[in-house]
Amino acid sequence: MPEHDVLIIGAGLAGQRAALAAAEAGATVAILSKVHPVRSHSVAAAGGINAAISLDDRWESHAYDTVKGSDFLGDQDAIEIMCREAPGEVLHLEHIGVTFHRNEKGELDLRAFGGASMKRTAYVADITGQAILHVLYEQLMKHHETVDRYEEWFTTSLIREESGDCVGCVARNIRTGDMETFRAKGTILAQGGAGQCFKPTTNALICTGDGIAQAYEIGAPLMDMEMIQYHPTTLVENGFLITEGARGEGAHLLNSEGERFMEKYAPNKMELASRDVVSRAGQTEINEGRGVGPDGAGIALDITVVPRKRVLEALREIVNIGKDFAGVDITREPILIRPGQHYIMGGVKTDVHGQVPGVPGLYAAGEVACVSVHGGNRLGANSLLDTLIFGRRSGEHAAARAKTITSPKVSSAHVKDDVARIDAIIARPRDGRRISEIKDELGTTMNRYVAVFRDEAGLAQAHETVRRLKEEARTAYIDDRGTVFNQDVLGAIELGYMLDTAEAIVVASLERKESRGAQFRTDFPERNDDEWLKHIDIHRNGEDVPEVSYSPVTITQWQPEERKY
Amino acid sequence: MSEFTLKIRRYDPESGEAPYWDQHTIDLEPHRSVLEGILQAKARFDGSIGIRCSCRAAICGSCGVRINGQPGLACHTHLDKALKGARDGVITVEPMGNMPIIKDLIVDMDAVHWKKVQRVTPWLLNKEPVPEREYVVPRESMIDVTQSMACIQCGACVSDCLSMEVDPDFIGPAALAKAYRFAGDPRDAQQYERVKDLAEDPHGIFDCTHCFKCIEACPKGVAPMNQIMRLRRIATGTHHISDRNNGERHESAFVSLVKGHGLLWEAELLPRSYGGDNFFGKFAPKAGLELVDSLPVIARGLLRRKVTPGKAMLPPRDVPKDARTQIKQIFDKVEGRAERRELNLYISGYDEDADGAEGQHAPEAGQPGISPEESPTR
Repeated sequence: MPEHDVLIIGAGLAGQRAALAAAEAGATVAILSKVHPVRSHSVAAAGGINAAISLDDRWESHAYDTVKGSDFLGDQDAIEIMCREAPGEVLHLEHIGVTFHRNEKGELDLRAFGGASMKRTAYVADITGQAILHVLYEQLMKHHETVDRYEEWFTTSLIREESGDCVGCVARNIRTGDMETFRAKGTILAQGGAGQCFKPTTNALICTGDGIAQAYEIGAPLMDMEMIQYHPTTLVENGFLITEGARGEGAHLLNSEGERFMEKYAPNKMELASRDVVSRAGQTEINEGRGVGPDGAGIALDITVVPRKRVLEALREIVNIGKDFAGVDITREPILIRPGQHYIMGGVKTDVHGQVPGVPGLYAAGEVACVSVHGGNRLGANSLLDTLIFGRRSGEHAAARAKTITSPKVSSAHVKDDVARIDAIIARPRDGRRISEIKDELGTTMNRYVAVFRDEAGLAQAHETVRRLKEEARTAYIDDRGTVFNQDVLGAIELGYMLDTAEAIVVASLERKESRGAQFRTDFPERNDDEWLKHIDIHRNGEDVPEVSYSPVTITQWQPEERKY
Repeated sequence: MSEFTLKIRRYDPESGEAPYWDQHTIDLEPHRSVLEGILQAKARFDGSIGIRCSCRAAICGSCGVRINGQPGLACHTHLDKALKGARDGVITVEPMGNMPIIKDLIVDMDAVHWKKVQRVTPWLLNKEPVPEREYVVPRESMIDVTQSMACIQCGACVSDCLSMEVDPDFIGPAALAKAYRFAGDPRDAQQYERVKDLAEDPHGIFDCTHCFKCIEACPKGVAPMNQIMRLRRIATGTHHISDRNNGERHESAFVSLVKGHGLLWEAELLPRSYGGDNFFGKFAPKAGLELVDSLPVIARGLLRRKVTPGKAMLPPRDVPKDARTQIKQIFDKVEGRAERRELNLYISGYDEDADGAEGQHAPEAGQPGISPEESPTR
């Protein structure tokens, strides 16, 4: 039974940053991930990372933009921490080797991003996430003596002992099929988001809500789950992401009449309003018949207004995506996009140290967590920052806490339960539905009813469907009976994670009877601060049905005001 | 929608049986990827087909495979393009080469690729003192190393590296590109130590045979071989490292022979590479030993009429005098520069002037802004 001070599950930016911070603080560390760390979905983050690093910028300005972007649902104490610590974190990344783009003077260059009052996004072409992820992995290789890496290990459950403490997890070595109990004084969840609950999504196939569902399973609270970000610019073709960096560099959004329609919705910031605003505007144009392309299902993103040389230098990846996946040379003609599922602002509820309230020893950081720094809507280039700041803080806190407690005892019953569960899935008779069918129906349902515009009837329909799919998933069968790389059985477990996460999303969306940030209810189209300036928490009440409660929003210096861009 | 037939190489390590071919017909639009085809086969017919995949957009590097014998990413290869390269209308998908197979299309990258990456000290060794703010470095230098930073560690170049096939210990294209990412980074303190280490290693930078396979294979325009050549130029041109693999002497012999005769004088190349770059090189004991060692090769070359004794012994005579003068002028110009200039199309992109002529460049030949010698897998 491997034993460590700090166990980290998930090896994207949040997980790797937590591992490095915990190791630096002197803890013994294990980092465990169902994919090789550099395959983590942080790799796809394109545009950049926000920090008030320019000498004429102030962190307070960054914080205010973030609060406003969140539609005042973000917790301002956490936002202040994130924005204050951002410049130091970006410089740390630069020092360990991230190849940030420079200006003519050789200093960090900054680009414009949505919802920001000035240029404050540091970047590496449009592969910023990849560059940071790979550099952190370099550091993990450097510190291989203090950080044990378990690559391609799939977590099947978290372990919570009767004391109420989380003391580790059970995981399966994907390569051999061996099951193992990981014992730890502190466990940090860093498994990212749950985009696969939706179809299409910009998210990778691995983003199946594992951490959210595992925490929920052992009684941890989830928060802001209704807040699902639809990115304004995803390819009509297949839902792939076109970075906000394109608009940051000056690209226009056009409807079928050739109008820059953002003039109507956000006359000051235009295309660089916050993402919820731009997505709603784009979807409205499409819904009202001013869409572009076949069936008027898209919006034109015109990047040809940006100098070609600049596009080739700073937006290289989307030049390739346009050419490879849509057959369009974006330097010469507009590309068809539409809003698409991209990010979940909600997640496992934590404090500013990453600790999950009510579950000692459990931490969460990054997209899996909800601190909440993004509230109702995340600003572009704040997600990388969130993963790194709260990844580091979680790692540091868990390492310090480990010094004050003794090693927990863990019973071997847990691993036996999970072995039995997996054996049962493998043994299912071939008379249910296929996993892929259920996953497909879930994704289509969520994207239809829990998208940019929502209402009571649609959400109720979505809930009913999710409940039925949960039932059907119990008997869904798989083909692979083997132990080595049995991806089939892992897919069945992931489906369970997705269904739990989806139900929490739907329940929270039904609960919030107002429109704020990414949640727009056509039956309650106004923001209602009197009744709904509060977080919605979702718990498992021992039964199968999620329970709802509320918690207050922390306000430090910015009172809610009307939000205009 | 169109139908495509995929022939997938399967291997189940638990069955005790040999690998076999498995065929599935899938239904997708032609511009969908081979990966989507495999995922459809998995979803509809057989969930046990093993393939690593995640992002579907050529950024996570999981789905490196061989399609119709060519290495690349399954998500980055259109079905219609794959069909054009297919035999008998059947698209074949196999695991990558040069790495042990774990199951079906899944190979053991730890045993080969990642082990080699570890070999090159793959982290920044900071120049001291570390500044309070960022290191101030030339704008171009950061874009230059971003080319190797763009490597997604998919292993496509490792899969088909010919040198690695012959010498499994060769550090290889991906790891050496990673090495350049540090050796070429102005923030790194140990450029000299890094390139000396890689020059002295018999499986290092001079083990590359310059075959361009890795450049062809790379889906991200990293051009690993170009990075290896940059490492060589840093080793020889910048630091004048006279390595025990004779890499530096070989390069200098090559250059002086071409400069002196307008063409390569092949018979002189080997002795000078070992014995020293002058006429008496061949009389050095090291060169003698190497010559004796190479006798069978020389004999075969003579027998197959690849060389004749006369051609081999005498310098190349068929270069006109004015051509020789021009060649010499080229050398004088390049060598006369105060600093070595590196051409990096990753920085400069397409020439804006050439750009003016519409339709002049063929997007198929290379990704915009990426060196034209790089060619995507479709």
